[in-house]
Amino acid sequence: MKSLTGLCIILLLATSATFAQSKLYTKAGNISFKSKTAIQDIEALNTKVLSVWETNSGNIEFSLLIKGFQFEKALMQEHFNENYMESDKYPKALFKGVVENSKNISLTTDNIINTKVNGMLTMHGITREISIPAVIKIKNKEVSATTSFAVFLEDYNIKIPAVVAEKISKKINIQINIPAYKQLTTK
Amino acid sequence: MKTIILLSFLCLNLKTVSAQDSSLLKAIEDTLPVTEKVTGAFKSTRVINAHSVEMLARGAMDFRILHRFGFVSEGVKQLFGLDAASFRMGFDFGITDNLTIGFGRSTFRKELDAFVKTRIFQQTKGAKTIPFSLVTAVGYTIYTQEVVGSKNPSVVDRSAYYIQLIAGRKFSSKFSLQLSPIFIHTNIPFVITDDRNIFAMGGGARFKVSKRTAITLDYHHPFGHFADNYTSPLSLGVDIETGGHVFQLHFSNATGLNERAYITQTTGNFFKGDARLGFNISRMFKVGRKKKIVV
Repeated sequence: MKSLTGLCIILLLATSATFAQSKLYTKAGNISFKSKTAIQDIEALNTKVLSVWETNSGNIEFSLLIKGFQFEKALMQEHFNENYMESDKYPKALFKGVVENSKNISLTTDNIINTKVNGMLTMHGITREISIPAVIKIKNKEVSATTSFAVFLEDYNIKIPAVVAEKISKKINIQINIPAYKQLTTK
Repeated sequence: MKTIILLSFLCLNLKTVSAQDSSLLKAIEDTLPVTEKVTGAFKSTRVINAHSVEMLARGAMDFRILHRFGFVSEGVKQLFGLDAASFRMGFDFGITDNLTIGFGRSTFRKELDAFVKTRIFQQTKGAKTIPFSLVTAVGYTIYTQEVVGSKNPSVVDRSAYYIQLIAGRKFSSKFSLQLSPIFIHTNIPFVITDDRNIFAMGGGARFKVSKRTAITLDYHHPFGHFADNYTSPLSLGVDIETGGHVFQLHFSNATGLNERAYITQTTGNFFKGDARLGFNISRMFKVGRKKKIVV
């Protein structure tokens, strides 16, 4: 009986310990994308990207509202939402993945770490596995992260009509910049 | 007993851990109340003839060409109305996202018109929900056509004014509906016995059949005393969007192309063939300073 109680206490402590692990988050990440063709360049920026990174397990997530992308031209923004991303139907883009070698990253010593993030990207109702390189910077205990990669529109069933085919690139370059991850305190 | 308490506590503890694991983002998403503006209730700032609840974005210029042929019922001699033409050319400007001004000139009575359109509030969803958008339009018209056989009317005599409220809701990504009551004051009506103050109730609807095409309906019912040949303007059309253009093809019984003209001077019965083929072309330009995208 006593040993059972002891086991319980140990288990309880063990599960509580998972609470203590470090979770970093941001509500103000930046994601921008670029479409480059000979005729027209299109750029948009979303500055309200949410992200949480559990450093021990390496689990990392990103979420953003498609309508949060700001374009130079209002008409582009309208077409992006109405015709291409169908943001009424698919309001969010999500990424769930794992940072390689995450638990070996010290968040207290200044460093620049090149790593990889593998996971599932969901947008326009389609989920695909992607693997992207990432750079994590630690300076004065401040953690920032950047990455850039490309996606193909057809992979996410985003159709470009023939009339504008020459104005919109089939390959879209995406840049992610998290200026500062903050410590998430769980109660 | 102790064990049971401990075990149940342990279970609770495990449960909260697994709940957190299912989505890391949940905790911070819950702290962010998101209110989203509902956009794109109509493809264009006009349903067909009438102002829609849509506004131009800041720095946008909309060059609009409106064209109406003659009545289809005029028969083969007039090539079913294609020999006749009524035309309005206009420019609308987005001063801010909630303020649009515009002016134009119509061939019908060589009339000039100008308007100021303001959005009072916009439909939103999410944390703070506003069920519909409310827009007001105030306009002025003056005809410049010479009046034969009488003393030339003064500027005041040629003028008319209108104020319109437009309440619209995007019910789904496909279907939008708006109501647009309007009050028009004409200093000297074309038919002198017509009422100078006219109230009309308007309605407009849009149903999207594909991403870039929609069916539109636009109707106004004027109340007041009119000459017998005047009828209510009814238009039924298709919106086709191609990049920076919106083409609006439709059948309508209205000749006039500003608020005063189509509400107080429409003739012909839509359902007896007195409909005319018409089209609006809207071409969007960017004139204001570009929004800066800093990456």
